[in-house]
Amino acid sequence: MAFAAFSAGTTAPEAAPRRKSPIALLLLLPGILYLVLFFLAPLVSLLLTSFQAPSGFGDVGQYGYAFRWENYVEVIAAYWPHIMRSFGYALIATILALVFSYPLAYFIGVKARNWPLLQSLLLVLVIAPFFISFLLRTLAWKQLLSDESFVITSLKALSLLAPDAHFTGTPFAVIFGLTYNFIPFMTLPLYTTLERLDLRFLEAGSDLYAHPFDVFRKITIPLSMPGIVAGTLLTFIPAAGDYINASRDFLGGPDTQMIGNVIEANFLVLQNYPAAAALSIILMSVILVIVSVYVKRAGTEELL
Amino acid sequence: MKPRPLPADPMIAQLVRQARATTMGRRTLLAGAGGGAAALALAACSTGGAAKPTAAPDKSDSSKLVRWDNWALYIDVDDAGGYPTLDAFTAETGIKVEYTEAVDDNNTYYGKVKDQLALGQDIGADTVCLTDWMVGRWIRFGYTQELDHANIPNLKNLLPSLKDVGFDPGRTMSVPWQGGFAGICWNKEKLPNGLASVEDLWSPDLKGRVGVLSEMRDTMGLIMSDMGVDIAGDWGDDEFFAAIDVLEKQVSDGQVRNIKGNAYKEDLINEDTLAAIVWSGDIVQLNAENGDKWEFVVPDKGGTLWNDNFLVPIGAPHKANVEKLIDYYYDPAVAAEVAAYVNYITPVAGAKESAMAIDPELANNQLIFPDDATLAKARVFRTLTGAEEQKYDAAFQGILLGS
Repeated sequence: MAFAAFSAGTTAPEAAPRRKSPIALLLLLPGILYLVLFFLAPLVSLLLTSFQAPSGFGDVGQYGYAFRWENYVEVIAAYWPHIMRSFGYALIATILALVFSYPLAYFIGVKARNWPLLQSLLLVLVIAPFFISFLLRTLAWKQLLSDESFVITSLKALSLLAPDAHFTGTPFAVIFGLTYNFIPFMTLPLYTTLERLDLRFLEAGSDLYAHPFDVFRKITIPLSMPGIVAGTLLTFIPAAGDYINASRDFLGGPDTQMIGNVIEANFLVLQNYPAAAALSIILMSVILVIVSVYVKRAGTEELL
Repeated sequence: MKPRPLPADPMIAQLVRQARATTMGRRTLLAGAGGGAAALALAACSTGGAAKPTAAPDKSDSSKLVRWDNWALYIDVDDAGGYPTLDAFTAETGIKVEYTEAVDDNNTYYGKVKDQLALGQDIGADTVCLTDWMVGRWIRFGYTQELDHANIPNLKNLLPSLKDVGFDPGRTMSVPWQGGFAGICWNKEKLPNGLASVEDLWSPDLKGRVGVLSEMRDTMGLIMSDMGVDIAGDWGDDEFFAAIDVLEKQVSDGQVRNIKGNAYKEDLINEDTLAAIVWSGDIVQLNAENGDKWEFVVPDKGGTLWNDNFLVPIGAPHKANVEKLIDYYYDPAVAAEVAAYVNYITPVAGAKESAMAIDPELANNQLIFPDDATLAKARVFRTLTGAEEQKYDAAFQGILLGS
């Protein structure tokens, strides 16, 4: 189960009550109703929309219920570069976020253990960006990284950047934005597992003359695997569907458009609802497959 | 599994085909019975077929109210946040106006209200100002109510050039609110020599510093005009796709930095773009707020002229009140007051003379009160059919989304 990775506790599940209690069912009812109303119904609606065909008078946005599976073939043929790009960008951003977050989480969760005040302060700093809207922060980066900004002109003055190069509207800017925006989602789960890391295992490893690198590779990493899995999932899934960073109004340009932007354009501008719905279903399915394979490979069930 | 060849007998062949179709359907139908039931439920509340909705009964006599959805910064505002001309209208007629800046984009606004429109329901607005082509779509679909010109005597002040438009002959369904040009602008500090045509945007020293609008009719209209096409006239696929090729090349070569809607202003301010295809009113405002840094021209080969128009949604119950409101704003003195604030082109004849009394400099601003020479350069993008709109929008979005 993918979501097992998110649960922090290691306790065994309670034995299920043998008798079906009406109260238990009653307590479940609001949750089930909520899921049916706000998850299942929209999902069915989305699925049905994705098979719609243009209706009679062929004007903008006129579609009727049908079973037009060609919608899927057409959107894949038209937009496969965007689908590939989305998962490519999301993968790179996830790896970068992991590389930046792991040392940070390790420092907060392990090295700073003896200074609770410092630990709390650092955690607040990790969460602090959430106090400002995601959109505002991304727009701020767009200004900071514009052609005539201090950052870019300095890099050009130092010849680290070609004189006619620019940053906004490039794939670098989009991946930068994705990494930046999702780093806290990587850091926090990593922190929660590293914070529980039993240092006696590391000591035992060193006592047995293991090289520090081997201790890290064979003890620390496996023990922090639940955090890595949770963090990568929390980063990869939203990053793959993100359409803010790659949007032309934010950090992207015409050649950095991701699947989210394609869905947005098809839905809002072209009023091509079947294409937008088919792309959404494809996005969900691909993510579901990737995540199941990943969780199975990572073998988190045994770890938890 | 490869299907076997069909039997020769046409009747049996037909039966086999039918049988295959049903098994295929059963095998691939993902939603199953539950999905089917949901489909019926959804179909019941979906937009149905071609049946056009009917207009709501007018309650204007008993309910003195107009709910007006409009774009941001599109009416005069005083320091206290009130709307002086609207307040005057209420004082004069006793009709209360609920003014909402609800329109941010033609497409997103349409997306929000289209299902209610199709059912003939009240969308929560008695009038809304939308751009020509979107108004054309509403009229095509029967989503608007016919205006009674007898209730709008001041309509005689409508500029003659706007009286007959392709999407609404005789202006029976829509009346212009404000309009503007799309043209080219450049940063005067960085480009002291200026630009004269769209062609100049493609000069090598502007590589990566050019912006174009994500509004298909404006960007394509300027490029097509530059190629010598009369965009108001009779052109077709050949002309359009020749212009698409030009844009596609400039985007893929990196000459065009970005393609944006309203957000293009930020790029001009932070100088990511030094020259761009833009809307006239924005440049007047940008110059007022950020120092007189930009110059705007309508290229000699042609720019586009667009209008945002009042219309009455099909389910709106206050049509007569809306007509009174339109009549009020077609008084030249009121129109001049609005024009002085919003910096767009007013469609009301005589407003220039009234503006002369308020502020002569304003009255001579070509972007607000254009003279005949400026107006002659700007053309209205011709009305597209539904099929053309779909085809051209798809081609244009293809460039915006890259590959």
